[in-house]
Amino acid sequence: MDLLEYQGKELLARQGVPVPNGHAAKTVDEAVAAAEQIGYPCVVKAQVQIGGRGKAGGIKLANNVEEAREHSEAILGMDIRGLTVHEVWVEEASDIASEYYASIVFDRSAKAPLVLLSTKGGMDIEAVADEDPDAIARLHVDPLLGFQDFHGRRLAFDAGVDEDVVRPIGQMLAKLYGAFCDEEAMLIEVNPLIITTDRQVKALDAKVTLDNNALFRHPENAALSDPSNEDPQELMAKERDLTYVKLDGDIGILGNGAGLVMSTLDVVAQAGGSPANFLDAGGGSKAEAITAAVEVILSDPKVKAVLFNIFGGITRCDEVAKGLIEAFAQIKPTVPFVVRLDGTNDEAGRKLLADANLPNVHAEATMLAAAERVVELAK
Amino acid sequence: MSVLVGTDTRLVVSGITGREGTFHTLNNRDYGTNVVAGVTPGKGGQDVEGIPVFNTLHESVDKAGANTAMIFVPPRFAADSILEAEDAGIELIIAITEGIPAHEELRLYNHIKSRGTSRLIGPNCPGILSPGKANVGIIPASFFSEGQVGVVSRSGTLTYQIGNELAQKGFGNSSIVGIGGDPVPGSGFIDIIELFEADPQTELIVMSGEIGGDSEEQAAEYIRDHVTKPVVGYIAGFTAPPGKQMGHAGAIVSGSQGTAVAKAEAMEACGIRVGRTPTAVAEIVAEQLGA
Repeated sequence: MDLLEYQGKELLARQGVPVPNGHAAKTVDEAVAAAEQIGYPCVVKAQVQIGGRGKAGGIKLANNVEEAREHSEAILGMDIRGLTVHEVWVEEASDIASEYYASIVFDRSAKAPLVLLSTKGGMDIEAVADEDPDAIARLHVDPLLGFQDFHGRRLAFDAGVDEDVVRPIGQMLAKLYGAFCDEEAMLIEVNPLIITTDRQVKALDAKVTLDNNALFRHPENAALSDPSNEDPQELMAKERDLTYVKLDGDIGILGNGAGLVMSTLDVVAQAGGSPANFLDAGGGSKAEAITAAVEVILSDPKVKAVLFNIFGGITRCDEVAKGLIEAFAQIKPTVPFVVRLDGTNDEAGRKLLADANLPNVHAEATMLAAAERVVELAK
Repeated sequence: MSVLVGTDTRLVVSGITGREGTFHTLNNRDYGTNVVAGVTPGKGGQDVEGIPVFNTLHESVDKAGANTAMIFVPPRFAADSILEAEDAGIELIIAITEGIPAHEELRLYNHIKSRGTSRLIGPNCPGILSPGKANVGIIPASFFSEGQVGVVSRSGTLTYQIGNELAQKGFGNSSIVGIGGDPVPGSGFIDIIELFEADPQTELIVMSGEIGGDSEEQAAEYIRDHVTKPVVGYIAGFTAPPGKQMGHAGAIVSGSQGTAVAKAEAMEACGIRVGRTPTAVAEIVAEQLGA
């Protein structure tokens, strides 16, 4: 789960990371009230998960209440590269002496958190990595040991930070690492990490990605949402606990297991079709989950045919069949379905479907035949 | 021969009394797996269809001689159960549970590696099937027969699909190993390919990967340098939309975008033929084994 800037900053602040004082606002009046409370100059920042906010006019400095109102009116509701701005973050303006970069990455390859620090912050860090890789200091931290003071010193000296901030930068990295572990993040990126003219170290931006599997332990994080970034079908799927990604095509896809679903998309595409979605009903899906999945798939008006590709291990094919039968009873779909069932309890599942004799449901024996059939039916 | 599970396996199931735990344990036993014990704290002394239930994994080792553990408990308890199995000295721990938090997986991986006495497969994996010998996990065994192809895969259901396509061409399997699709799997492609290379029954290895991470790229280089047996690859996700970027830092770390095309090219550059569909994989296997 990716957080908005202000959600990330609030999370970091909770963990003791210094961030500029600010408030989130959903209306112009709220934004103006926030600005009045913070004082001037302050900055009004659009809250959308996309780069280039500044260039698009989504970040503006306000020197007085009139400007705060003017900028909030302009930014709230603005479209930034396809995303509508529903919230702004109003924060005190900072006097910046230097812009650094810091991040903590969950490095799957090394199986350890990786801490990065650079004095070349405030710009595209990928470009820095390409052009001047030595400008980024990197250090893996043993997750069983945790972040030690020496880690902070090494990174600070390796990156070549100003000498007077070696200790504060080390302390900042330790706090970011603490937040990374305590909040169970997959990524914390601060760009820029600023040194103010009075030599304070602060996080001026925050990009935080949290581990969805750990949200049960963090109810305050689980409750966060980003209204600008939610497709109606994806939201519906999320409420039903299904993994769904909307695509551009017209063939609805349901499968079990991410790998098989991805493979199904590939095979449908090779057969000349265009998938409308990725939907992984997950392991051990019960009939209700299948019914809910059909509902989500058919809520996309572009869908002309649906493919069920199930190879049951922990998922039982009879549960899938029951779910589909129930979906037909509830939703009465008008588009054709192609169903391929193999694996645990497949015979029972196929028999249930055959006995139910659902209209316009076609059974196929293999994944390839099912893909070819659904492409034909969607024409 | 086969790898990891076979006739020597003495299985204990952690979470045996849950609905799914019971169902799959009995499936495994029906297949011929030697299931010696189950563990559910507080239910010691009971039995599940004749399989003794203990309170701790240590008891299952002391009293029933368990040497392999299957973890079937809900995600918030699974890491603890895996650590308990490791502490009890169980050599092979197969974690089926899906949804263990990534930071817990990081600690599990590093702890188990530093102790060096147990091997963890999974989490979030379908288990291991050695056809004709033993099945530990949720792989629907009736689709597979004994044979010479070793399969290692990140995805459960896709593993069944590929095994099924091979079966339709008349090929059986030495072992099918699902390593799981989580960010920090206990064992990776390389660990399993090393075992298949040493296994006399295995004549050809199929490795099935998917988008994300760089484990396929690493395995490809290992295969080029260390594996003499033919390897056939598959990657799922050619048409998948690019996943949400994990910030810019993610790309810096892996040095690759983790796309299907990049992975397939890396594998082909190391001399591994890659089938673009599960059916194509089976066709390449048939060509290579001259059937």
